[in-house]
Amino acid sequence: MIHFENVGLRYGMGPEILRDLTFDIPQKSFQFLTGPSGAGKTTLLRLLFLSLQPTRGLIRMFDRNIATIPREELPLLRRRVGIVFQDFRLLDHLTTYENVALPLRVRGKDETSYRADVLELLRWVGLGERVNVLPPVLSGGEKQRAAIARALIDRPEVLLADEPTGNVDPPMARRLLNLFMELNRLGTAVVIATHDLTLMDQVEARRMILSHGQLEIYE
Amino acid sequence: MSKQGQAPARKPAPKSAASATAKRPAIRLRPTGPIVPASNVSGRALMLVIAIMAFLACITLGAVMMVRATAESWQSQISREITIQIKPAEGLDMDKALSDARNIALSFPGTRDATVVDREATARLLEPWLGPGLDLDELPVPRLVVVTIDERAPPDFAALRARLAQVIPQAMLDDHRTWVDRLVAMAHTTALIGTGVLVLVFSAMVLTVVFATRGTLSGNRHIVEVLHFVGAEASFVASEFQKHFLKISLKGSGAGGLLAALCFLLAGWWQSRSLATPQSDQATALFGTFTIGYTGYLGIVATMIVIALLTTLTARYTVMRTIYEIDLIRSDPTRTDAVPE
Repeated sequence: MIHFENVGLRYGMGPEILRDLTFDIPQKSFQFLTGPSGAGKTTLLRLLFLSLQPTRGLIRMFDRNIATIPREELPLLRRRVGIVFQDFRLLDHLTTYENVALPLRVRGKDETSYRADVLELLRWVGLGERVNVLPPVLSGGEKQRAAIARALIDRPEVLLADEPTGNVDPPMARRLLNLFMELNRLGTAVVIATHDLTLMDQVEARRMILSHGQLEIYE
Repeated sequence: MSKQGQAPARKPAPKSAASATAKRPAIRLRPTGPIVPASNVSGRALMLVIAIMAFLACITLGAVMMVRATAESWQSQISREITIQIKPAEGLDMDKALSDARNIALSFPGTRDATVVDREATARLLEPWLGPGLDLDELPVPRLVVVTIDERAPPDFAALRARLAQVIPQAMLDDHRTWVDRLVAMAHTTALIGTGVLVLVFSAMVLTVVFATRGTLSGNRHIVEVLHFVGAEASFVASEFQKHFLKISLKGSGAGGLLAALCFLLAGWWQSRSLATPQSDQATALFGTFTIGYTGYLGIVATMIVIALLTTLTARYTVMRTIYEIDLIRSDPTRTDAVPE
């Protein structure tokens, strides 16, 4: 589904942040992306989310070479990828419900067609009682779950999450992990970037370890 | 992999939405809020800026139209008349000379009417200098014949002058050319200055509206980014912002334009109420009447529409450019200024 081949990236004339990355993200797979701070996890997620282009190498997503995709087709491709940003990126003037429904709204869907699904998903992530609340009132963990729900609402084929358990206590982290696994069981490929060793130890999953710009994969 | 071929993951929860809602009380949601927040401090500031600029532009437009109309009326009023002046002389029968001069004037094509300024009227003309109760027979006062001419096809002044000199040597024809020329020059200068001021005010308005709109949009950049990253197409994001800014600009320019129209209406009403008072007469002499006519009001409406369009197009252009920049950053890793962490 996603294929990287000898991908390298440098910022300006600086050293290569990522070097010779060659890997696949298969359909319905589940993996952790880990490594020390500054190893390039967020940069790699940006590449996976089409918000950066590599300085060398080939990236194929959904059978398309991303270097040759016209600009106007990028939104259509991004719709197949869900992303949970580290800083959530919720819109403060919209309620939890409206934030989660946003991806469907921008696709021009009618509110009545997705209302029940959004409410159901909000209940599933434990925000059933917070649907009408604005993000500034939500706790860190609640914001995290709202951001996850927003990434999931349109059934992405692959979900990217940047430190999704960074703001929650261990029981909530466990719950969120279960949520990701349940989603994966239903067919979505999941990539979780995290430092959290305890979280990774809870699941037998593929580990992609970035260090000094290079990737090692433990199946 | 196609999306259609994928296993349905829509219902992550084990129970269907229908059965779940049957057990739980229905959740009341607020009416869906606009994607771009309806009003914030910068939006209100933009509305105020637009209102002020619309007001100034409409007032200038109306004032320039008024000045042009007044300048034109000066010109046409004074060029519509010529005067024949007959100086008294020994043995001249003034009444006969006046009547002859009138007949000569009327015999030329291009003249419409000729009136002898009678003794009473002449006395009234001289009253400010010589006081009331003037006896014209005691003083050698020149007498006048006022001739109305067709402005578009005036009579041959040289021929008229020659004919008068032949019949009445004391007659002098004043075609007001000196005055008309000076007034035409003044009217043109006034209209030109007015147009210059109008161009300046409109340029200032355009720049202010464009920069204020861009300033307001820069505060909403995070919304553009989020929409872009949740898969919104550029045209969708642009149309959301366009709608928002169209509302702001219609409110602002509507308020400014209506206020300007109200000012003209009030000034016109004041002038008609205080007709023939010294203040009103002075104001009328200087500015003409404070009515801008339907063309003036149409101009105000057109200004409002121009401002609304300008704001909307600026919003569209700025949003498209923001999205373009986000994509540009994507293809140029040296630029990380607006990439989400």
